Amino acid sequence: MSKADELRHLMRTEGAAIAENTQGFNDGRYDSVADLEDYEELKQAARDIKEDAIERLPELLDELTETVEETGGSVYIADDAADANAYIREVVDDRDADRVVKSKSMTSEEIEVNEALEADGVDVVETDLGEWVLQVADEAPSHIVAPAIHKSRESIAELFNEQFDPEEPLETAEELTHFAREKLGEQIIDAEVGVTGANFVSADTGTMALVTSEGNARKTVAATDTHVAVAGVEKVVPTVADLHPFVELIGRSGTGQDITSYVSLLTPPVETPVVDFTDDETPLSAFDNDRAFHLVLIDNGRLAMRGDDQLRETLYCIRCSACSNSCANFQSVGGHGFGGETYSGGIATGWEAGIEGLDVAGEFNDLCTGCSRCVNACPVGIDIPWINTVVRDRINRETDTSAEWLVDGLTPDEEDEGAPLQKRFFGNFETAAKLGSATAPVSNWLADTTVARRAMAWGLGIDPRRDLPTFERETLRDWVAARDSVVTDPDRRAVLYPDLYTNYVQVERGKAAVSVLEALGVDVVVPDVPSSGRAPLSQGMVATAEDHAQRVSEALGPYIEDGRDVVVIEPSDHAMFQREYEKLVDESTFTDLAEHSYEVLEYVYGLVENGADAAALSTGDGAEIAYHSHCQQRTLGLEAHTAAVLEQCDYDVVTSDVECCGMAGSFGYKSDYYELSMDVGGRLRDQLEADGVDDRPVVASGTSCLEQIDALLERHPRHPVELLAP
Amino acid sequence: MGKTSAAFETSLDELGVTVTTADERTVTAEITAAITEPAVGVELDETLGASAGSLAETPVVVDPTPAALRDATTGVTEATLGVGDYGSLVLSMTGRASELVSLFVNRHVVVVRAADVLPDMDATIQSLHERFNRAGGSAIVATGPSATADMGELVKGAHGPKTVHVIVVEEAE
Repeated sequence: MSKADELRHLMRTEGAAIAENTQGFNDGRYDSVADLEDYEELKQAARDIKEDAIERLPELLDELTETVEETGGSVYIADDAADANAYIREVVDDRDADRVVKSKSMTSEEIEVNEALEADGVDVVETDLGEWVLQVADEAPSHIVAPAIHKSRESIAELFNEQFDPEEPLETAEELTHFAREKLGEQIIDAEVGVTGANFVSADTGTMALVTSEGNARKTVAATDTHVAVAGVEKVVPTVADLHPFVELIGRSGTGQDITSYVSLLTPPVETPVVDFTDDETPLSAFDNDRAFHLVLIDNGRLAMRGDDQLRETLYCIRCSACSNSCANFQSVGGHGFGGETYSGGIATGWEAGIEGLDVAGEFNDLCTGCSRCVNACPVGIDIPWINTVVRDRINRETDTSAEWLVDGLTPDEEDEGAPLQKRFFGNFETAAKLGSATAPVSNWLADTTVARRAMAWGLGIDPRRDLPTFERETLRDWVAARDSVVTDPDRRAVLYPDLYTNYVQVERGKAAVSVLEALGVDVVVPDVPSSGRAPLSQGMVATAEDHAQRVSEALGPYIEDGRDVVVIEPSDHAMFQREYEKLVDESTFTDLAEHSYEVLEYVYGLVENGADAAALSTGDGAEIAYHSHCQQRTLGLEAHTAAVLEQCDYDVVTSDVECCGMAGSFGYKSDYYELSMDVGGRLRDQLEADGVDDRPVVASGTSCLEQIDALLERHPRHPVELLAP
Repeated sequence: MGKTSAAFETSLDELGVTVTTADERTVTAEITAAITEPAVGVELDETLGASAGSLAETPVVVDPTPAALRDATTGVTEATLGVGDYGSLVLSMTGRASELVSLFVNRHVVVVRAADVLPDMDATIQSLHERFNRAGGSAIVATGPSATADMGELVKGAHGPKTVHVIVVEEAE
């Protein structure tokens, strides 16, 4: 099945349940973290603890091993899945167990311990209700926290009624839960071995934290006499006290619960007596607590990830699912589309690349568009888009390319010959834009001919259903060069950064920006500056992006030194200067540019706050408008500035709150992803077509967003700065 | 009532957990009022001390057989700590099977001293850090009834209790 077919199938069969559940979790996260006064401090504390723990991992593993053995347990550090399974099979065999009950554990799914035990004739029962549904249905999890998120209540009822043929057909969630509880309850008390995961393990006391809500993990431990906990080596933290920020953050970040029903803090073997549940004579306390405990810590590629400067951050992941729920693409396709062998969502690229290899990560890595909405949501501050970019770069370099002749003229960046054709075309969009503008309007007519579109679809995977950008013959820089500034005694001086789209395609918003800035007393120059490198970075062409970043920094440096501010219209380029350049240029160069650059409406906001006269701008007289900010702009916290300026200029503003418009640069142009892009866009369309919004003119900050909204709505959207131009 | 106790009761209320208050003289009467029979329990002397009365004065069967546990509707145990801002209860896991009594029932009635309710999670984890480092042991931080959303919508009462009732014991005046 082609990628497009596969995604279409998922959206049709699972999309509705996935969308409803992930958005519910995501909304819950926003609400729940808003109640935390010290949310940012807790995230920083969590990050610091993880950084420290991974840094000191060998020493902490030694300490943990010692403490667990002192309290009567065993520790086994397994090199890989086969090693771990061999150990667990031996434990189960030594106990002579017929049944193993399990609570939910992603790591146990990673090593596929169920299959290994079943091959020995052991009955393995998943007791987490979601996992059990999947075990009955023989399906894979679609979400790392809520594994059956893709199944509706109706489909679960149908499954149970078919499989178990209950006396009364099951229908409500309550009935289904009760049925499963009774059925699993009998199996739990009859099992010899309980397998759990471990969300965290403290090295000081050997205490493990299990974060659950159903109570099945508690029962799994209490009702069996042999406890096997399976966890990645990265789960160790130094002390019990270190659990604090995680306990506060994990539920809120994931499903939006302030805390899950149970946080088990177990220092096994636990003191709970091992009872015979059929006994009706012996009091509970008279049973002894002869228990065995095995902590199986799994390497399986993790120690190599620890030594990998780019993948190391993945090990800080606490598997909360925030990056899944906040991801616009995940909200449409779920983990069956956006996931690998075991893990799903944005961080899965790091996990799967480190554990399974680049080939597995490559199957879904393109679904990360770099929108960055997961960045602030991640409780340990992992730069998930960066991990996706790096892995994409590595995949590009591993993959053979074909039809190089077609792309030669458009991809002068020789260091990136590794990237596939399509990625190289989009990554080097600067070349195409220059060429397109120089030959406009002929280039636009030609590009839209049937023959050309077919060639693009075939050679570059550009979906024919998309309108292509229309290049302007007169660029923004041409226009600026041909006019004189109206500012004689400037209050501030600025460089308006001529991003690719503003310079070649959406020239009007550039002209508007110049007028607005000049009206507020700013002397504006628009020098020749290379494109930011956003386009190649999105395609995983890191070396090319580094080259852009270097040249942009060199071009802008002298202006900054000369006392000019850098004003950026395109949010995705502004985000490059504020975020990604940290990875691409040296620290002082990054800091210098980041500190002196502003998103255009952020700059206007600052000018007005500092005394510039907003009356010089065009005002709305109470006109109603709808504003869609840009994903990366929101991550930088710069949505509010635009809304505030528009309100100051007497517009009545409603703001969308979808995570991303779905276009995401070149993503929505690609044939494989066009329909997904439109599905994601559908959520924005719903908001913009809601009652009271449906007749408002739309403004949007990002180029991609403007293109997407243009495709979604009858209304033609504009950049907010165009409303303000006097 | 102190600020922490008030916050604790508000948090419990938001979780759908019912609360009554008692002092040492009235605690057994409050337990009797809170349980649905058949009820089983673990004696309360661990944190409350002997002066708080005994479950022997209530219909609660102390230290039941496993069969009686499985037949019981209510389990009565102590909590060693409460967490003011979350409404959480720290349950111990002792040889007296408090873990089984609090888990294998539909209704959990928890007795906690007002003085043991800490203001927040930070203080609670810090307290457990000290306890575990001093004496080892395990605990459950339990917040509200067991729950699942795996069957298509939120259902209270998954593998563990469906309802939780808390009795806060204040110092006798």
